[in-house]
Amino acid sequence: MIWPILKRDIALLLGGGRRGGALLPVLFFLAVAMLYPFAVGPDAKLLARTGGGVVWVAALLAAILPLDRLIEPDLEAGFFDQWALRGLAEEWTCAVRMVAHWLTFALPLMLATPISGVLLGLSGEQMMTLELGLLAGTPGLAALGVAVAAVTAGLRGGAALAGLLIMPLAVPLLIFGAGSLSAVGEGGIALTAAVSLVLVAMSPFAAGAALRAARE
Amino acid sequence: MNASEPSLRAQNVACRRGDRLLFARLSLALGPGDALHLAGANGIGKSSLMRILCGLLRPYAGKVERDGALALLDERPALDTHLPLGGALAFWGRVDGIAPARLDEVADTVGLGDLMDVPVRYLSTGQRKRAALARTILQGAPIWLLDEPLNGLDTASVAMVERLVAQHCAGGGLCVLASHQPVGVTGLRRLEIAEFAA
Repeated sequence: MIWPILKRDIALLLGGGRRGGALLPVLFFLAVAMLYPFAVGPDAKLLARTGGGVVWVAALLAAILPLDRLIEPDLEAGFFDQWALRGLAEEWTCAVRMVAHWLTFALPLMLATPISGVLLGLSGEQMMTLELGLLAGTPGLAALGVAVAAVTAGLRGGAALAGLLIMPLAVPLLIFGAGSLSAVGEGGIALTAAVSLVLVAMSPFAAGAALRAARE
Repeated sequence: MNASEPSLRAQNVACRRGDRLLFARLSLALGPGDALHLAGANGIGKSSLMRILCGLLRPYAGKVERDGALALLDERPALDTHLPLGGALAFWGRVDGIAPARLDEVADTVGLGDLMDVPVRYLSTGQRKRAALARTILQGAPIWLLDEPLNGLDTASVAMVERLVAQHCAGGGLCVLASHQPVGVTGLRRLEIAEFAA
């Protein structure tokens, strides 16, 4: 029962004929990396020192874009109710949605990161640390996205609220993730992964509870 | 479908929406072959009772017991609007583990056999309702909860729904049907929610 749902979730989030699909966050992510050198000037040293952090901020901001189509459309259309009637707990369907979200949002972002790196003049070593950090951090970001989207689904102005909610919650990921590029080093990636793990473990339960509460 | 006999019982159920108590002390018991028509004016609590019966809404008081799988048809078709009808129904077929041949059979039953290639968003209100009905039938559950299944349907389709409900009950299934319109199914019991209004 889970497999067809995961396949549908991925197809839906990739494109599915709705608002932008998976391409929009990637383009946004690349646009930030492209604009940054225009804003601060072509000082290669400065770019190389701050570029990694910019990529992290861009990833965080790009995570806001898919939030409004993550849960809300399927909740409106009755999909979550129909799954619940088939004995599938909301925790399960939210966990599946989280996996699909990571595959369709974070994976393309990580594939686009080398392009960002080149635009910002990052060294190969920095690029490696950046990718590892994103690999550790983006599951947490995807988990946060699902939980926040579930909490705000059905609210008026929910999309704007979701963006505001995810930012502060993602700060630990940003600190450790971007920190791994300079001060904290390798330990930063381990800490990012730890934060990510906690978020991934908690998110389906938070999102599931939110969906059930929304029925009352 | 189900080895054990399907049954649906509600005991002294009350429903509160916001500050209003919609109904209270409502009891019903249904077994194989039973069909029940929940009747009443708009806003009296038909849909709320439906959601309580299928377990999506917690009753304010009382309890609901159910034996057997359940299929719900409500105002949301739960079909992907950008997909062709065939694809949208096939998704539920895969979730419910139904053979693709059965899908075509059900589509013909509800008169949508020719529209399987049309995206769901191009279907009319009545066609969407019938598509949702196809999804409900496809599930193969012994308990049917149909919330306003006749909305937007033409007279021929209304007769089709009545026939399907009668067939389902004759085959040992049970059906609860909420509608503000009269429903012509032989042996259909009628429950006026207004009698339990608080």
